[in-house]
Amino acid sequence: MTESRSKGLVLNNVAIRDHERELFCIDATVRPGEVLTVMGPSGSGKSTLLNLVSGFLPPAFSYTGRVLLDGVDITQAPPEERHVGLMFQDPLLFPHMSVEDNLLFALPKDGGKDERCQKVRAALAAVNMEELGARDPMTLSGGQQSRISLIRLLLSEPKALLLDEPFSALDSGLKGKVRDFVFSQAQQRQLPTILVTHDEADAQRAGGNIITI
Amino acid sequence: MGTNTIRKSWGLPFWLAPVSMIAVLTLPLLAGFAGVLLPAFGYFPSLGGISFTFEYLFAVTEKPGFWHSLHLSLWIGLATTFLSLVLVAGFFAANWGSPTFLRIQRFISPLMSVPHAAVAFGLAFLIAPSGWIMRLCSPWATGFDRPPDWLIVNDPMGYALLLGLILKEVPFLFLVGLSASSQINVDERLKLARSIGYGRMWGWMITVFPSLYKLMRLPVIAVIAYSTSVVDMAIILGPNFPAMLPVQLLRWMNDPELEMRFIAAAGAVWQLGATLFAVLIWWLGEKIIGCAFRRAAIHGNRLAKDGWMRGGVSGLMLILVTISVLSFVILFLWSIAGFWRFPNTLPDQFSLMRWMANAGMLIDPTANALLIAVLSTGIALVMSLGCLENEYRHNIEFTPGALRVLYLPLLVPQIAFLFGISTLLVRFGWDGQLAPVVFAHLLFVLPYVFLSVAAPFRQFDLRYLRVAAALGVNQNKAFFTVRLPLLLKPILLATALGMAVSIAQYLPTLMIGAGRVETITTEAVALAAGGDRRLIGIYAMVQALLPAIGFVAAAFAPKFLYPNKRYFAS
Repeated sequence: MTESRSKGLVLNNVAIRDHERELFCIDATVRPGEVLTVMGPSGSGKSTLLNLVSGFLPPAFSYTGRVLLDGVDITQAPPEERHVGLMFQDPLLFPHMSVEDNLLFALPKDGGKDERCQKVRAALAAVNMEELGARDPMTLSGGQQSRISLIRLLLSEPKALLLDEPFSALDSGLKGKVRDFVFSQAQQRQLPTILVTHDEADAQRAGGNIITI
Repeated sequence: MGTNTIRKSWGLPFWLAPVSMIAVLTLPLLAGFAGVLLPAFGYFPSLGGISFTFEYLFAVTEKPGFWHSLHLSLWIGLATTFLSLVLVAGFFAANWGSPTFLRIQRFISPLMSVPHAAVAFGLAFLIAPSGWIMRLCSPWATGFDRPPDWLIVNDPMGYALLLGLILKEVPFLFLVGLSASSQINVDERLKLARSIGYGRMWGWMITVFPSLYKLMRLPVIAVIAYSTSVVDMAIILGPNFPAMLPVQLLRWMNDPELEMRFIAAAGAVWQLGATLFAVLIWWLGEKIIGCAFRRAAIHGNRLAKDGWMRGGVSGLMLILVTISVLSFVILFLWSIAGFWRFPNTLPDQFSLMRWMANAGMLIDPTANALLIAVLSTGIALVMSLGCLENEYRHNIEFTPGALRVLYLPLLVPQIAFLFGISTLLVRFGWDGQLAPVVFAHLLFVLPYVFLSVAAPFRQFDLRYLRVAAALGVNQNKAFFTVRLPLLLKPILLATALGMAVSIAQYLPTLMIGAGRVETITTEAVALAAGGDRRLIGIYAMVQALLPAIGFVAAAFAPKFLYPNKRYFAS
């Protein structure tokens, strides 16, 4: 297997069963920088797929197949060792930490304190949000919170992104902006991304393959 | 045409509920403080004290062992609170959402309902030099064929008491933690932390615990207040020479020499100070640990390899649950034990003789305990439901300030203000009566009943009431015929909890009843000095079984009252 072929996120005949009922079966490869959109009505098991990939599948479900990330089989790995970043519908910035502390929390531990603070400030500056660092996350607007939560996720240096309807809580004016921001960041960093949504517009903008389950 | 479909509501005075509730919770405390502070400063006209003086506040400190007693209270109180909280938080961190968590959780509510005194006796029977653990290990492991001469129970540093208190406070904080967890998005926070590489425990500690602790703060302070001033468990398990300050206080309060009343009142003021000081130390500790946590949280350490730690914490919790269950078993064994020689694991024969011989003696204290429990819980329920309905009708938000009033009786050392109340009762000739004892119990029953019934009451599906209104049923009728029946399950559960709290009360019964209102709990604690294990086993079993019967009845009654109704089936 050559290096270029193994890069990306591979769902190798992944089938999930809820007791005896098979929810779906997916065989797909998401290359670096690509977005795979999974669509389906609520209750179809879209989020269950993300739970499997990130390692949080509830014990009531069973599965067959394998999940490979950059050529490594992560199907059985504990969640904290998978390097798969999750973005939820809510931004989930920790209300007991400042914006900067939320970002420091995600940054891997290398380098001294100053160096790490530098990195966080640079990440904020790169998206023109350096003035938000000292703020209480609860005082940010919905759009700002979403963007900060993505930056937090990216600072943790994930090797893949899983987006669980991350735009559905935003109002339609903001939605487009935040969506463009997320996709361009994923593209820039060449991250394989799975997007779960029920919004056609999200799927269109993502530009990659669309699977309906 | 349809003019009589809406009858005028007959205006039940629901607004009385919050007013009387605040009065019931605050007036006795104020009276109690007055009754303690005045004599402490020398003012007690009927004993000839008519001038104010600091003399007694100093005099009490010269009593032998005073400073040691004070120190014991502080250390036991703070150590109990700290270790219980660490254990509960550690267990939540290690196991939240896992099968282990659910397995342990099943034991917690029943453990919570066992009265303090019964837990203390059970533990004493387990760990004493002639206790069950020693018997199980003797003589094959220890070589003992007679009990060693060790001071395990009533040890001078209070380790046995500390363990007993932890056995009681861990289930309490566990349940508090559960209810707080339901108010924040624990699962999502944990997922987020773990998906960026954090270990389960450390992830929980820095993303969940700070928010959780905010919600648990009042109950934690209640644990400090309780364990710095505990009396019943301290009599059974605690050090004796000198005893913890509250036990020492109780002795002074019962001293026949009237001069000692001033000393006792002054001691109660010191007790208040000790509890306050413990809370102050805790508050400082909170600041320091909070600061350390905030620093550690942004270092980026993932601490992903926490398997050994998780195993360790879960193991400790398992040991604690096992001790609790064994304590209960050993109480039962002693209550039916015939001849039981030391290293033998089990009695030579079992007999119900002592049960039969004491049945007559058990009836009165049990009936008293039940009567007080029914009355205090009944009043607490009427007040709580009235208060909640009033809140709903007038769209009042329950403020954090109001919550503090509700917790007030749990945040103040019982012995300090109960002594004041009893002094006043003696003054008016109301001591030793049932009614004041019921109201004293109400102080401690009301917070639990209200908190346990409030959440389901507020989550009630209001559409049922709208349907009732649309059908022309007035508010009061809807309250009694729709809301209350549908809330039957939580109401029965709150009743069982209230009764369990009441049955477990030792100090309010003893002090307000002036020793003349005897319940199963006061009788059981009174047996502690005697050391007749079979008799203690019998009294403690009755004491522990009463609340248990209540909870079982509360669980099955809805199914029994509403057969064929799926709503009440699960």
